[in-house]
Amino acid sequence: MDEAQIRRQVLEALQGIAPEVDPATLRGERPLRDEVDLDSMDWLRFLAALHQRLGVSIPEADYQRLGSLDALLAYLAQRLEG
Amino acid sequence: MIEFKLPSLGADMDEGTLLEWRIAPGDALRRGQVVAVVDTAKAAVDVECWQDGNVLDLLIQPGDKVPVGTPIALLLEPGESAETAPVPTAAVPAAVPTGRPRISPAARKRAAELGIDASVLSGTGPQGAVTLEDVEAAARQAAPVDRQAAMRQAIGAAMSRSKREIPHYYLGETIPLGAVMAWLATHNAELAPERRLLPGVLLLKAIALALRDYPQLNGFWQGGAFHPAPGIHLGVAVALRQGGLIAPALHDVADKPLAQLMDELGDLVQRARSHSLRSSELADASLTVTQLGDQGVDSVFGVIYPPQVALVGVGRIAERPWVEAGRLCAMPTAHFSLAADHRASDGHYGARFLAEIRRLLQAPDSL
Repeated sequence: MDEAQIRRQVLEALQGIAPEVDPATLRGERPLRDEVDLDSMDWLRFLAALHQRLGVSIPEADYQRLGSLDALLAYLAQRLEG
Repeated sequence: MIEFKLPSLGADMDEGTLLEWRIAPGDALRRGQVVAVVDTAKAAVDVECWQDGNVLDLLIQPGDKVPVGTPIALLLEPGESAETAPVPTAAVPAAVPTGRPRISPAARKRAAELGIDASVLSGTGPQGAVTLEDVEAAARQAAPVDRQAAMRQAIGAAMSRSKREIPHYYLGETIPLGAVMAWLATHNAELAPERRLLPGVLLLKAIALALRDYPQLNGFWQGGAFHPAPGIHLGVAVALRQGGLIAPALHDVADKPLAQLMDELGDLVQRARSHSLRSSELADASLTVTQLGDQGVDSVFGVIYPPQVALVGVGRIAERPWVEAGRLCAMPTAHFSLAADHRASDGHYGARFLAEIRRLLQAPDSL
């Protein structure tokens, strides 16, 4: 899966949780949960959606590495490679 | 014979518009079955039947807007027949105050989707009937604003009544959550996201268990007296993405295992946001909990949702300086507040309730 595909899956999962989000206005380097106003329940549903779409289960211990959309995409690319 | 009346689904509802019947004359009903979908200021609600019976007649039509307490259907009790049942004196459909608006089915459906009150539109169709085009035109003008304005108004009315009528007292306590957070980290470590628990679920369970010992905070102030609730049904304040909030009930919280509570909470939040709640969820909450920690605030002192008599507010869970046995350490803590009705309880009682929540949260294994 290449970067563009990962990005598309992530944005689709995000829109499933927060339908009003316009991906074009998302700032990739900003804290994701603030950009999209995700509460802890939204965040968990988002991770569940990523698990289903990409087969990657992100443990709680790795949450701190997922500060922004860019960081999340890099993290997923690394996990999918390995 | 039973008159099925439009139930009150909270202090902020005084009327409702029937969107759809889910039953027809002759149907057998089970307690808890959804009989109708009714639109309120806050949401379209699946109205449930509160006892077994058989449907004799439907008294209002989709599109009719009626006040709370209006008979909307006639039911036969189990064993009754239409011939033998005594007819209640007031069970004549003449009580319905608003006539059925002329509206095409497609227009009615679209109006419901858009949250538009079709009964106030002037129609351009035959005999003044409201057409699909009329609904679309109204939607272009003001619809999204209308829904939000109606919700703002409903919240405003309920909260004004609360502040006017309820003599609130407020207590607050910072509760250490080291044991809870450690327990959760271990519990969640090997689980897929779908099966993980959120801290909020453990807090809800602890609050519910504490209410078993402090029943004077779990119930309703009605007719000048306190009435204890039949169960511990926590109202969970849910912020809606379009703005506004709603606090549907999570039923029997003290009796359910954490994993089940987590599933039900996730489902409830999602349905609250997609406007598909059941009437029992809107009417049954016996104490509301608001957790605003996700927004970063340290504490929240809530406004009681009448006729409830108490509200628990929880702020952000974060590591803070903490002194334990004479030593300074970093400890995850959260500030818990209690807003309670002074007519139903006193500060001493409320303080002991908060202390019980704190005690329960030191032993997460027992939740």
